[in-house]
Amino acid sequence: MEQNSAIHATHEHYDPIGSKLGMWLFIFTEILLFGALFIVYSVYRYRHPVEFHLAHQELNVFIGFVNTVILLISSATVAMSITAMQKGDKKMTLILLGITLILAFVFLVNKYFEWGAKIHHGIYPGSEFLLSLSQGDILFFGLYFFMTGLHAIHIIVGMVLLGWVYVRVKQNRVNQERYVFLENGGLYWHLVDLIWIFLFPLFYLIH
Amino acid sequence: MTGNTTIHRMPSYLEYEGKYKGILGWLLSTDHKRIALLYLYSQTFFFLAGVVMGIFMRLELIAPGQQLMQASTYNALFTVHGLTMIFLFIIPGLAASFGNFFLPILIGAKDVAFPKLNLFSWYLFIGGALIILLGMFTGDGPPDTGWTFYAPYSLRTNTNVVLSVLGAFVLGFSSVLTGLNFIVTIHRMRAPGMSFFKMPLFIWAMYGTSWIQLLATPVVGITLVMVIFDRVMGIGFFDPAKGGDPILYQHLFWIYSHPAVYIMILPAMGAITEIVTTFSNRVVFGYKAIALSSLAIAFVGYLVWGHHMFTSGMSETSRWVFSLLTFLVAIPSAIKVFNWSATMYKGSLDLQPPFWWAMAFMFVFMIGGLTGLVLGSVATDVHVHDTMFVVAHFHYIVFGGAGLAFFAALHYWFPKMWGRMYNKQIANIGLLIVFIGFNTLYFPMFILGIMGMPRRYYDYLPQFATPNYISTIGSWILGVGLIIVLVNLFRAKKASPEFIDNPWNGRTLEWEIQSPPSLENFEEIPVIERGPYDLKK
Ligand code: HEM
Ligand SMILES: [Cu+2]
Repeated sequence: MEQNSAIHATHEHYDPIGSKLGMWLFIFTEILLFGALFIVYSVYRYRHPVEFHLAHQELNVFIGFVNTVILLISSATVAMSITAMQKGDKKMTLILLGITLILAFVFLVNKYFEWGAKIHHGIYPGSEFLLSLSQGDILFFGLYFFMTGLHAIHIIVGMVLLGWVYVRVKQNRVNQERYVFLENGGLYWHLVDLIWIFLFPLFYLIH
Repeated sequence: MTGNTTIHRMPSYLEYEGKYKGILGWLLSTDHKRIALLYLYSQTFFFLAGVVMGIFMRLELIAPGQQLMQASTYNALFTVHGLTMIFLFIIPGLAASFGNFFLPILIGAKDVAFPKLNLFSWYLFIGGALIILLGMFTGDGPPDTGWTFYAPYSLRTNTNVVLSVLGAFVLGFSSVLTGLNFIVTIHRMRAPGMSFFKMPLFIWAMYGTSWIQLLATPVVGITLVMVIFDRVMGIGFFDPAKGGDPILYQHLFWIYSHPAVYIMILPAMGAITEIVTTFSNRVVFGYKAIALSSLAIAFVGYLVWGHHMFTSGMSETSRWVFSLLTFLVAIPSAIKVFNWSATMYKGSLDLQPPFWWAMAFMFVFMIGGLTGLVLGSVATDVHVHDTMFVVAHFHYIVFGGAGLAFFAALHYWFPKMWGRMYNKQIANIGLLIVFIGFNTLYFPMFILGIMGMPRRYYDYLPQFATPNYISTIGSWILGVGLIIVLVNLFRAKKASPEFIDNPWNGRTLEWEIQSPPSLENFEEIPVIERGPYDLKK
């Protein structure tokens, strides 16, 4: 019995391909989650084309654009951190991960100012002012807050995840031989980026 | 009969003591078998709670007029009954308990791919259940929307909808993670030599189920979150006053919830396949047809959600398209039934309790399936929509189908899981009473539905009295039967252990290891050379 537990304790299952497969499947579910929202968006846009068109002009394309660029760069830095890890350059990995985290934070700061301005103007779900507008406006801004809000939550989750990866790299628990955790963190971050790539034109650009 | 002398006995997963002892050894265990039992016990508990609620509802319906509760209590009762049975018992269903226990063993693996994630899924399950429970006892009382949370009523009612919806969302998360875990396990951890077409058919069923869990659940998850935000922040996604569309809610809800029916029934069919094969003592008939029909059911199951909405306002074209697609699902389901029959044909049948449970399953499942066609065709559905006919139909499918299969699986794998045998005669008597009670309870509801009695009402017109009376008596018989069945198993679990590694002459991998299995299932990973049901040389 004693002996057995010793044997079992050392037995460890490590399967990087399996882990990556798991992450891809999870990303799939996230895309479906947002997919349902895209359906809702298209249905309501189809019903209220004019109001949606006018409402979107209220959004600040510049901030949206800046945030798009920020996310694209951060996606690149995460990808580069994986390459650095493969080459065994721990210091570079940490630096690149750090940059990614900072960019994510800047994204949130921008979002804060953008939302703040809207709320300042009385535009937020359930506000009296919004409810005095047309149904199309109510739905557009409802979707806007809900979808960008959900995306922001994903940014935060991604930051926590990458922060955890950072610690693991520092402890050498993620290293040149075993870096699937870093890869998975990167995959998740690309997802966050990808979703934004859809949100940006839907809310800010389409005329 | 059993060659247990050849098996070198290890401490079983029940006795094994790891890092933690006592109750913590269970609550913190990442062993798939212990997690399976955690699911099994919690699911059984929820099932019994649901049964008690069901019996109370039937008591109210024993005669016209008010018997023991007010209309609002009845509304809460059928809602919570539905929530409990659907989300806490039958959707996790056989997948969470028997899937967790036997999936790794049947593919010759020591555990699932992500054991910690597996434990985490159970905690999400319990967390979701607790949130739903909280919703029943706090705020303005239990929800009264029905388990479907249809908008706009779910946005307007003063009852505690938010917590129930949140609970359901958390449960969905648990379900997604379990599915993900199983898919990776099946892809990555099959023993050497086990190609996809050498997997036991229960695994194929689990594979289809896992994909549905993964692909359907996120949609309803986000839909439920939208309901929460509609209620809390007044966004108006589904609120017609703000331009939202309640019908859109129905679409999004059923895009998940119809496939969810197959989350419930596919693992059940998988277990029945194993049982029928073992007790027929034959190689299963039409292995590939059964395997692929699982995937076909999973796939077609996605395309039929509209049949829940024939009367909600839908174009004529979409109505007949959905109707046609619904009929298509009957084909892969029928393939399974035909292949089970063909397997039994000329087999040498061993009439043990699990086999009788499987027969009971086939009988009621066919009634459920055929009446499903009545609901799937537009014309007849318009007549029986939202009547007791629907209630009868889905109880035949989810209780008679998935529920009875749950018990069939329990009787089949019981000796493997605990290394003990129950009293077979009492098991048969219990089944007989359950079977009689079940049909007495639900069959009259078909008649009531055709007569026009609506569902979800605590009272009815006098002309519906007799079938309702019979139905209520059926609920008592069923209750007695269930008690006999469960007490019999419970007593067996306490009995002294026996060496029954292979009591049924099973041929799949789980019967080649000791009962109860050791912590790591296999001391040495087996190499697979023969098909899953081939007779041993
Ligand atoms: C002894 C066992 C059971 C009894 C006596 C029972 C009885 C009932 C009754 C009387 C209703 C309400 C009908 C109405 O007024 O519309 C009902 C609804 C329902 N039952 Fe059961 N039932 C039992 C077991 C189950 C099981 C095992 C399941 C699922 C696995 C289940 C799922 C449901 C669902 C989903 C509803 C619909 C709730 C709603 O309308 O929102 N029941 N049941
Ligand atoms: Cu359906």
